Amino acid sequence: MTDNKYRADFPIFEKHPCVYLDSAATAQRPRVVIEAEKEFYETMNANPLRGLYDLSVKATEAYERSREETASFIGAESPDEIIFTRNTTESLNLVAYSYAMNFIKPGDEIVTTVMEHHSNMLPWQAAAEKTGAKLLYLEPDEEGNFSDDEIVTKINDRTALVAVGHVSNVMGCVNPVKKIAERAHRYGAVVVVDGAQSTPHMQVDIKQLGADFFAFSGHKLMGPMGVGVLYGRRDLLEKMPPFLTGGEMIESVTLKKTVYAAIPHKFEAGTVNAAGAFALAAAIRYLKAVGFDEIRQTEDRLVELIFEGFAKSSHIHILGSKDPKMHNGIVSFTMDDVHPHDISSILDADGINIRAGHHCAQPLMEYLKVGSTARASVYLYNDEEDIQKFVEKTLKVRRWLGLES
Amino acid sequence: MSLESVYGQVLNEHNLHPFHKGETEGATLMLEGKNPSCGDDIILQLKVSEDGTIEDGSFAGSGCAISQASVDIMLDLIIGETKERALELVGEFMNMIHGKATEEEIEDLDEAGALKDISHMPARVKCAVLGWHTLEEMLK
Ligand SMILES: Cc1ncc(COP(=O)(O)O)c(C=O)c1O
Repeated sequence: MTDNKYRADFPIFEKHPCVYLDSAATAQRPRVVIEAEKEFYETMNANPLRGLYDLSVKATEAYERSREETASFIGAESPDEIIFTRNTTESLNLVAYSYAMNFIKPGDEIVTTVMEHHSNMLPWQAAAEKTGAKLLYLEPDEEGNFSDDEIVTKINDRTALVAVGHVSNVMGCVNPVKKIAERAHRYGAVVVVDGAQSTPHMQVDIKQLGADFFAFSGHKLMGPMGVGVLYGRRDLLEKMPPFLTGGEMIESVTLKKTVYAAIPHKFEAGTVNAAGAFALAAAIRYLKAVGFDEIRQTEDRLVELIFEGFAKSSHIHILGSKDPKMHNGIVSFTMDDVHPHDISSILDADGINIRAGHHCAQPLMEYLKVGSTARASVYLYNDEEDIQKFVEKTLKVRRWLGLES
Repeated sequence: MSLESVYGQVLNEHNLHPFHKGETEGATLMLEGKNPSCGDDIILQLKVSEDGTIEDGSFAGSGCAISQASVDIMLDLIIGETKERALELVGEFMNMIHGKATEEEIEDLDEAGALKDISHMPARVKCAVLGWHTLEEMLK
């Protein structure tokens, strides 16, 4: 029997029993989220923002209420500053295409880090190429820390935009966003934060962080797939041209001239994922009800158990900080003479699900001089039994491959 | 599917003690095969005589146990054979990995038959065929 009182909220563990240790890729969903999506389609389904009849009004209200809840979840001043997208990737691309490509000039500098997920790297490579700006990368030490020197040298009066991940999806470390933002703002640069891996694990306050843009995905914090969020500072959003054009984002259209709708609808062309947003709000309520302190406690205890278990082998090496409390539920590791894909296949035979590969962070893998890694990530529904099974089997992988007897 | 049926003696033996890892003296053909999603990377070298016999071969590079063992087993099978026969074996191996091979084909593949259960591991198919695919490109 599990000692985890939240596990029963997640139907997947009943219908497909498994040791799920890949929550950093996507979380499992509690029943309340699945039910919310169903409730929307059963009781308020109509095309929001379009119709004049009661049902459509209901759909619109549900959608806009979800926007309000999302705004207050991350500390945005106004729901107008919340744009619903498909995911973090789309949110970051929106900023690159609508902001960076229009307001950054040749000779300006864009600063990001080698630690970023490809989603927070490729859009800036594209923006730099398009605008003639120079792209610089902050380089961390082995444990994922950026030195003050690195920050001070690379962020300066040429800097126009800084894009940084809040929590690394490989090392699990929290980046000093506030410090980086303060430095960037001193030179009038805009700060973009990738919150895909922080929002599931900690209370975020975008004002406190100093984020001018903040992106995250619903599916990583137990919301549905296909709904993501972009927060943008009002004055920036107002001066940006739309990302996509079409239905639902205009004030008036004639054959000669189009007047765009006000924010946030200017950035939400076409029929929106209203059911997704409605269910995302349910996920946010669930997260709040459990509480981030509780989540942190579970994660830290489980990560510590992994650290203890892995200490029994001299062949397993954990990436990033040596302190289990600095991992936000993420443990990436390598094993001597073993390719991570063999680790994940061997674990999979016992229904233990982990990730193996470069985790969409190839530049970081190269920087750390590891080809690829295995990654286990825990969340609030994991229990000690999960970790026991995982550690036990992982310690046997080298034996399975004939490397040990 | 049991784990032993893939990570068994044949695969482990070829992974840990590859027979054909290294360089081929007097190689006439060389090609790099890459599997970008995994980071598997091999360089295959062959020495093919004028009459089309594969006289020698080797591989270099790195990757998972399945990709490494698979290419070593492949070289065992094709060295001493003609190009045509090697391509026939490639065809049989591809059939096997996609779960479409006949009993006879699997028999014909000899030790490579030990990899047949990879047909039940979709995520690993690319690893198993990397060497074979590279060979096919080289000989065609
Ligand atoms: C740090 C980070 N940024 C961005 C993403 C991309 O998220 P999505 O695939 O939901 O767009 C991920 C998810 O893998 C991530 O971990």
